[in-house]
Amino acid sequence: MSTPLLEMRNISIHFGGIKAVDDVSIDVMPGEVVGLLGHNGAGKSTLIKILSGAYKKDAGEIYVDGKKVEINSPIDARAHNIETIYQTLALSDNLDAASNLFLGREITTKFGLVDDTAMEAESRKIMARLNPNFQRFSEPVRSLSGGQRQSVAIARAVYFNARILIMDEPTAALGVHETAMVADLIKELKAQGLGIFLISHDTREMMDLCDRVSVMKNGQLIGTEKVEDVTEDDILSMIIMGKNPKKAA
Amino acid sequence: MSGGLGNLIKTLQIDTRLLGMIGAFIVISLVFHVATGGTFLTPRNLFTLTLQTASVAVMATGMVFVIVTRNIDLSIGSLLGIVGMLMGVIQVQILPDIVGFGSPSIWIITVTIGILLGAAIGAFQGWLIGYLVIPSFIVTLGGLLIWRGGAWWVSKGTTISPLDPNFVMLGGASGTIGVTASWALAIVGSVLTILFLINTRRKHVSHNFAVKPLWAEYALGAILVSAICGITAVLNAYLVPTRILERRFAAEGLEMPEGYTEAYGFPISVLIVLFVTIAMTIVAKKTRFGRYIFAMGGNPDAAELSGINTRMLTVKVFALMGALTAIAAVIASARLGSAGSSLGELDELRVIAAAVIGGTALAGGVGTIYGAILGALIMQALVSGMGMVGVDSPLQNMIVGGVLIIAVWIDIIYRRKTGDA
Repeated sequence: MSTPLLEMRNISIHFGGIKAVDDVSIDVMPGEVVGLLGHNGAGKSTLIKILSGAYKKDAGEIYVDGKKVEINSPIDARAHNIETIYQTLALSDNLDAASNLFLGREITTKFGLVDDTAMEAESRKIMARLNPNFQRFSEPVRSLSGGQRQSVAIARAVYFNARILIMDEPTAALGVHETAMVADLIKELKAQGLGIFLISHDTREMMDLCDRVSVMKNGQLIGTEKVEDVTEDDILSMIIMGKNPKKAA
Repeated sequence: MSGGLGNLIKTLQIDTRLLGMIGAFIVISLVFHVATGGTFLTPRNLFTLTLQTASVAVMATGMVFVIVTRNIDLSIGSLLGIVGMLMGVIQVQILPDIVGFGSPSIWIITVTIGILLGAAIGAFQGWLIGYLVIPSFIVTLGGLLIWRGGAWWVSKGTTISPLDPNFVMLGGASGTIGVTASWALAIVGSVLTILFLINTRRKHVSHNFAVKPLWAEYALGAILVSAICGITAVLNAYLVPTRILERRFAAEGLEMPEGYTEAYGFPISVLIVLFVTIAMTIVAKKTRFGRYIFAMGGNPDAAELSGINTRMLTVKVFALMGALTAIAAVIASARLGSAGSSLGELDELRVIAAAVIGGTALAGGVGTIYGAILGALIMQALVSGMGMVGVDSPLQNMIVGGVLIIAVWIDIIYRRKTGDA
């Protein structure tokens, strides 16, 4: 078996006395979509926040291309081409699309001043690829629709050559048409060889988009299965019962 | 907005809020002009108005950043007091013994120490807020009491005067640059404005962005250049009173020529305000620091997840507020020619009011530097106008308080209408 693009090994974190993530190992191969499933509070988002540098793990290791890396901040994660699209979208509502897209990584002129014109031009280029209908570049993102905001968040991840993409409920706030658009985009990014972690509550959507699914409950990993080997009912029982029916059988 | 005027404003891409504030200033001025029997809109009064506005205006630009990051600074009036007091002690009681009385280095050393001191105190308060996560309201409320007490403690309630003659020039009342230099400055300012407009348009065209029609660019340029020249003309029209000129000639043993006149031109303190306004606007719009301030105000979590160190940013914002407060302390004490321990009392409220009237939203994320400057000017116009008409001081405060509340209410309606939350 080839080396995973990214591997999280034996990760634990606790808040006070509660083990939010308890000895969990997951990995993703290039061009693969791995789904993370579980109830609210199962530890999916916490696990993913360790990977994106928002939380610091208490134990465990992270490997990129088989090499051990340290991720202590969002900046570290970005340095390893790990990009995250958060459930809450993490946009500054008062800024326009280009300012959000480049937030923390602004293009500057030779005098060190931010170059809004260049950033807007780059934003237009990437948006033409992701969401050709998007035209509202000079308005604060608060006035955009859910789908438009989502395309800004995705553009931000894609623009900076993400190799590993984390998507936390990317379609939760979207309509039918916009959800389909995001699904197409995930397939395209996968074809380009990105490794994608996808968090969602929608089991059917996960069966459609993912290659493998990892199920968590109460901070522990119940199991990781290839989607073609399991039924939707198997996954549901893993989520609800916290038991892997395949292993029990 | 509807009809031709609305389209015109849209084509010119002028902020309607800016127009509203200029409109409010003009209305206030005209009302007082009539009520005072024609003395409000005179070069002399407008000159005095700019002098009185200067120190609050400088601090208001810093307050925009503080409020945009969802904080508040109640300590600035007291900070102004203690920094002004310490600068007074340094220039009157310490430096003359070291560098010699009347040495031109006195004001430079004094101002440098003052600004460093202001920035250090601001940074310390910012550290308490950013790193120890004590609410800014509490930290700066404590600062309000502590620094005012400190100012009394340093001076033991006395007033330090007279201040260094070079230092006093910075207050503007006795430090103006004269007619020729004022016009030279106006020409440089106009040329830079036009170059800026041309450069912006060229950049937009090179990226195939939509641009305004050419006539709109010309119109905008003409408006800005006439504004610059208009202000210069007004300040240049205020003549130095004849008896002051006579006294000056007499002091040099000369006879004043018949019909000799001289005008004041730009006061140095107003030049400081102009410089601070331009610098702070560039910081707000064109630097990463400024961009992060607004990003943090819009969504602190998003800013943090984008790799922005919001704690350090808080320290920097308060340090900048402290440095600007020190500059305001220079202007305020220099204008009076003395440093008293009540210097700057209640200034925090004037400054917050100026920023808020200027469109800075207390919820964070929204605010402009030019808005705060105009807000300060509107407040000062109200106060001086009422003083000239003979409104009692308690009634003045009541009216200013009412205006503040109404201004914010209008602002809320405006935002709701434009969807600019």
